Amino acid sequence: MKLFRDIWLVFQRHMLLMIRTPMLVILGVAQPVVYLILFAPLLKEALATLGAQTTTDAYRMYVPGMLIALAMATGLYSGFSLLAELSSGVIERSRVTAISRTAMLLGRTLRDVVVIIIQSIILTILSIPLGLIVQVLNVLLAYLILAMVTLFTSAISYGIALKVSGPAVLGQVINNVAQPLMLLSGTLLPIALAPLWLRRVADWNPFAWAVDGMRSLFKGDSSNPHVWQSLVIVTVLTVIAMAWSTRLFAKHVK
Amino acid sequence: MIETNGLSKSFETKRKRQTVKVDAVVDVNLKVAEGEIFGFLGPNGAGKTTTLRMLATLLPPDGGEATIAGFNLRTEPAKVRKSIGYVQQGRATWDDATAREELILQARMYTIDKAEAMVRAEAALKAFDLTEIADRRCKTYSGGQRRRVDVAMGVIHQPKVLFLDEPTASLDPQSRAHMWDEVRRLRDEGMTIFITTHYLDEADALCDRIAIIDHGSIVAEGTPADLKREISGDVVTIGVPESAAKAEEVLKGQKVVKSVEARGDSELRLSVDTGETAIPLIMKTLSDGGISLTTIELHRPTLDDVFLTKTGRSLRES
Repeated sequence: MKLFRDIWLVFQRHMLLMIRTPMLVILGVAQPVVYLILFAPLLKEALATLGAQTTTDAYRMYVPGMLIALAMATGLYSGFSLLAELSSGVIERSRVTAISRTAMLLGRTLRDVVVIIIQSIILTILSIPLGLIVQVLNVLLAYLILAMVTLFTSAISYGIALKVSGPAVLGQVINNVAQPLMLLSGTLLPIALAPLWLRRVADWNPFAWAVDGMRSLFKGDSSNPHVWQSLVIVTVLTVIAMAWSTRLFAKHVK
Repeated sequence: MIETNGLSKSFETKRKRQTVKVDAVVDVNLKVAEGEIFGFLGPNGAGKTTTLRMLATLLPPDGGEATIAGFNLRTEPAKVRKSIGYVQQGRATWDDATAREELILQARMYTIDKAEAMVRAEAALKAFDLTEIADRRCKTYSGGQRRRVDVAMGVIHQPKVLFLDEPTASLDPQSRAHMWDEVRRLRDEGMTIFITTHYLDEADALCDRIAIIDHGSIVAEGTPADLKREISGDVVTIGVPESAAKAEEVLKGQKVVKSVEARGDSELRLSVDTGETAIPLIMKTLSDGGISLTTIELHRPTLDDVFLTKTGRSLRES
């Protein structure tokens, strides 16, 4: 009970700070919007081999991948803001209070999830006039996958941030982790276009599963096994990663 | 209220690819009484913050014991935490939150419910003279205002002991005086206050008792007045044109004068216990002896003299 109260306290504070600087949320969608307008139209022809006959088909493939990429990027780079907060003194001040250490980490991560969901709603709505057609229930389920991906990647980033010595090293590590994961998840182009060996490697990438699940949902194919499979995979991994990083954090701040 | 016994801490740092053990705090024994302002004076890097963070449960000691507000630091850290407030060096507020919001959050982090937190925040804003700026964002505050918010947060749960790490570092003189008043007010309300400082005047003017720390060890402890008295009495320097030798002779027999030292023909340096009672006697003795006096100067030892005596160097230089 106290844990939930504490998470809520930390979450509220981070939401308040987010509302005070709304430009960060808006600027976060600026780049995806550019991709949406200038890059996605190119895909209709490229995706034709996968059965994309209309612009709607192309957007149904492209938008989910882009949202996953956005969630991954937000999550993987959240370690930087944790390091900034650790050195700014706000965490030090909380450490002598009775607040739960787990809540200190989870509260801020949930704020990141909210930001991602808000940005995803904006991007989904902006895609509709461009030709995207989706069902609300399916999209909500897709957002659940997105939320999990955000939690999972944030947890990994926090864990690495607490392990490495500073932001410079963190940047290197994250870049080296993020790049192959992104390329191998088929966020920009479906991995189905890849040669067989690349597809077999991608089978081991949870984000590739998440993208597959999201694409099925955007297509309206919610009974596709990819949907529940991706949800199970990201949920299990999120729980493991969260347990790892909250333990590290609790040890770090005592 | 605070008692430490052999408190020690060392860190490992890498120097030229070798791991070197650095003793940050060595065998610190302290006793701080209830309701006093206890100052921890020393140069930067002497181990003040390390000691403070150990006492505030933020850093586990390598050796030694400590009792704070009756609770054992090692075995009852949660109870210690409830009894103490801690204000770290550097700012602890979010730029885009207001003082009121920060105070309410801090109270709630101490498991105080929302309604009570709001009442306490209001009272704290008033007590720390922050009401006017309470609903402005912290980034618009002056250094002194921001520091007062930090201290107000540190006492929002009404702790018995307050730890303040360099409360007036980089504040202008007016803000420092204001902060001193706040600290004295808290002491007068019954709080025990442990502050670190590298300012001699702050230790002297604000603290009831001080400990001087250098290279991790305590080199002196006592009230500022006692420490100064301990190292030497006051020094009176007099100017007597061309008659130093004669004056020395006349003064040597006097009871109040502990030692006389001539410096050239026309200057004498006298050691006395208390300058203000010795000066009239010195003047009378000289005038009785027919010696005219051109200048007279009283020098009281400062805490810097104490530091110099104990460590062989000046605090101002280190």
